Amino acid sequence: MNLNRFFKTIFLVEFAQAILKAFKEIFKPKKTINYPFEKGPISPRYRGEHALRRYPNGEERCIACKLCEAVCPAQAITIESEERGDGSRKTTRYDIDMLKCIYCGLCQESCPVDAIVQGPNFEFATETREELYYNKEKLLDNGDRWEPVLDKNIKLDKIFR
Amino acid sequence: MIEGINFLFGEIYRILFVLIPVLVSVAMIVWFDRRVWGLVQKRKGPNVVGPFGLFQTLADALKYFFKEIIIPSSANKTIFILAPIITMTLALVAWAVIPMSENFVLADINVGILYLFAISSLGVYGIIMGGWASNSKYPFLGAIRSAAQMVSYEVSIGIIIINVLLCVGSLNLKDIVMAQQNLWFVVPLFPMFVIFFISALAETNRPPFDLPEAEAELVAGYQTEYSGMMYAMFWLGEYANILLMCALGSILFLGGWLPPIDIFPFNLLPSPIWMVLKILFLFFLFAIIKAIVPRYRYDQLMRLGWKIFLPFSLIYVVLTASFLMYFDLLPKAGAL
Repeated sequence: MNLNRFFKTIFLVEFAQAILKAFKEIFKPKKTINYPFEKGPISPRYRGEHALRRYPNGEERCIACKLCEAVCPAQAITIESEERGDGSRKTTRYDIDMLKCIYCGLCQESCPVDAIVQGPNFEFATETREELYYNKEKLLDNGDRWEPVLDKNIKLDKIFR
Repeated sequence: MIEGINFLFGEIYRILFVLIPVLVSVAMIVWFDRRVWGLVQKRKGPNVVGPFGLFQTLADALKYFFKEIIIPSSANKTIFILAPIITMTLALVAWAVIPMSENFVLADINVGILYLFAISSLGVYGIIMGGWASNSKYPFLGAIRSAAQMVSYEVSIGIIIINVLLCVGSLNLKDIVMAQQNLWFVVPLFPMFVIFFISALAETNRPPFDLPEAEAELVAGYQTEYSGMMYAMFWLGEYANILLMCALGSILFLGGWLPPIDIFPFNLLPSPIWMVLKILFLFFLFAIIKAIVPRYRYDQLMRLGWKIFLPFSLIYVVLTASFLMYFDLLPKAGAL
């Protein structure tokens, strides 16, 4: 053992340095946040809870092309459609099993009319499984609720797509 | 008869007067420990329940209180239940002799330090009983480690205490404090203070010597099979023990309730406050060390205890004794 090392060991030099260092760390700004009261920044691309959007005039965007159903790797989406009175094709059923969903964002990418999107909401835990089988009504409701944020996020992210 | 009852109630009041502050400060100290730990790691630590999160421990205690107590079917029931009770009782009983100021002590006995040492040695029984009675692998290994660890480090603590006693000439804790009026023992016996501090870490199973409950290897050591209030009692006893070791350290080396210098701005504070401040300072070191050190390996722990601390403190006893002898500074019988 060389002399310097021996000296350091006997007099706990490094130990004292560590305590000093730790003491300084106490007064530094913290990296964590008070989660339920403060929230961290979220990217406009964030893939959270799904939503079905509407056009500004209130018409549903979805044209029942079933691309999202086809692309979904977890097969979480189920769509049924029929022709409406005015000759347009609309969904009668649009279900997402949020327990199967892997939040890959492929449905959003495949959608030609920006109807199905994944919003910034990640706080949708429920107490029963059944509440996580989303139907069309729930998804449209989500879309109405989050529309301002969804619209902004899509515009922000458009240049990269 | 009436006199007897009066005496009994008087004693109970006095005991509660010591016990309740100890229990409350244990709760506060757990919060303090977690907070310092968090702050050093650049986290916020518990800060939601009550002002600054001060009531976090009370909330936790309440949670433990309402949890189910599970007793494993293969456990030795009597010993299993007895173990946390013993741990907590012994940790609290020791507080009887700790003087908070000149007149503020429950039992002013002449063999105070001996009593304290005996009680803290008994503390290992709670852990061994808990580990043995659980009848399961992890608790058993944890208990064995803990037994070996506490026994080894008690030896060096004993010899360190001999150093102090050589300078005082009395086993009374009050006398030990009063002997430091001119000079705290931390100055002449500084190496002993460092070794005492490290041994105290090992004695109370704190990191870096938390092998008995090493969560990475032994789940939770001897506490693995415990749940609910029984776990909380272990945990309470552990922190009461840590606080006790801090108190012992401040009495032996940091001048107990004496102010640093006996002049105007310092002796204005009442003496128990000085005592509390010193305990808090030592505990702060405990907490900060928990945040910065990795765990010792078992053989390193044993080597440190037997091959380094023990010989070093023995040599220091000889040095202290010969110094006192040569300069004729040995305390005279009945001098204090």
